[in-house]
Amino acid sequence: MKQVMLFNEIKYLIAKEIKLEMRNKYSLGGILLYVVSTVFVSYLSFKKIVTPSTWNALFWIILLFASINAIAKSFISETRGKLLYLYTLVSPQAVILSKIIYNSLLLTVLSALCLLVYSLFVGNLIQDYPLFLITLLLGSFGFSSLLTMVSAIASKTSNNFTLMAILSFPIMIPLLMVLIKLSKNAIDGLERWDVNYLLVLVFINTIIIALSYLLFRYLWRD
Amino acid sequence: MKKNWWKLIAIVFVFYTIIAGFLFHVPAQPILHETIRNLYFHVPMWFAMMTILFVSLWNSIAYLSKSNIQSDILASQAANTGMLVGFLGLITGSIWARYTWGAWWVADTKLNGAAITILIYLAYFVLRGSIDEEQKRARIAAVYNIFAYVMLIVFLMILPRMNDSLHPGNGGNPGFNKYDLDSTMRMVFYPAVIGWILLAVWIFTLRVRLEKIKRKIVFND
Repeated sequence: MKQVMLFNEIKYLIAKEIKLEMRNKYSLGGILLYVVSTVFVSYLSFKKIVTPSTWNALFWIILLFASINAIAKSFISETRGKLLYLYTLVSPQAVILSKIIYNSLLLTVLSALCLLVYSLFVGNLIQDYPLFLITLLLGSFGFSSLLTMVSAIASKTSNNFTLMAILSFPIMIPLLMVLIKLSKNAIDGLERWDVNYLLVLVFINTIIIALSYLLFRYLWRD
Repeated sequence: MKKNWWKLIAIVFVFYTIIAGFLFHVPAQPILHETIRNLYFHVPMWFAMMTILFVSLWNSIAYLSKSNIQSDILASQAANTGMLVGFLGLITGSIWARYTWGAWWVADTKLNGAAITILIYLAYFVLRGSIDEEQKRARIAAVYNIFAYVMLIVFLMILPRMNDSLHPGNGGNPGFNKYDLDSTMRMVFYPAVIGWILLAVWIFTLRVRLEKIKRKIVFND
């Protein structure tokens, strides 16, 4: 019964997020434009990139900054009154899980666009597409769950945009290292998939979700 | 005196470490030479740091379950002491690296792990500094502390499996136990670990007392 309720709450909250996003499209457009302009700036500075490791590192750095910008607003833009209203209606778990799911959808779109524009301007070196896309998908999910939680923490402070970056960078490094390793494998087109790293990636994602699920209730009661 | 017996052990062990560490016989090794004595100072720092950071984590969990401000003071001061010991570990390690590997900083997994630990806890202090309300600061900082500590453990578990390290005992390098055939180094190393950990705990308890006095002054005004 409780699970069904949680599930319904999550469904409504995601629908609410999408509706709100559609209402002011300029913020979604803004973040998509952010990716395109960043890629264009790096294209003008690097021209064509032929070294796989540079290509890989630059791609993930662009995606990292774009994700931070995209997700920073997810809690920071919530007003106190709206959170209080949600507090009376739904469980904290539903709020954090719905935000995580919504943000992963957002980041999936963002990373797909980033990949498209990046391969158009900077060049495309990927040899093993399935592995790269799986990595990208798991990466979007991991980024979104971690950054959503950090955004919730940062929203409680006074200088939240600076804090968003300094709080998230150090704890994102394990995720980023595994992602860079996997996507490097995909670029090199290795014969055998390194299943261990994929498992590690799934494991990290699970841990982040579990921690968010457990800890978020302490964050939002003011 | 009954309550403070461990401080006595800390004093005795640390002095023993310093005297025996510099005077006792050590195995002669190429490259390492006499810098092998740094084992008694550099390695125990990381043991002490992980111990004291675990104390910090423990108190953060305690704060979330009981909401007692004392736990917050304990958690923050433990993190503070952990940083102090961590910096000492970095400095001793950096000097050691200069004489054995040839550079103050090298690309090595364990060095990256240490750097990330320090970044995480510096971020923790910035987070604490940017919230004024005492209860709220305690709660948010506790959440970040738990979140960050778990990610750190994940990192320290994964990373060594991804890259080789220049450190002894990793990547085909022999560990120090290979050099220490007659266990002379163990006789100093184990007391050193205990001594430095106890000293760090002692510094931690002093900081906690100082912080409590400071807060009382603030309350009375």
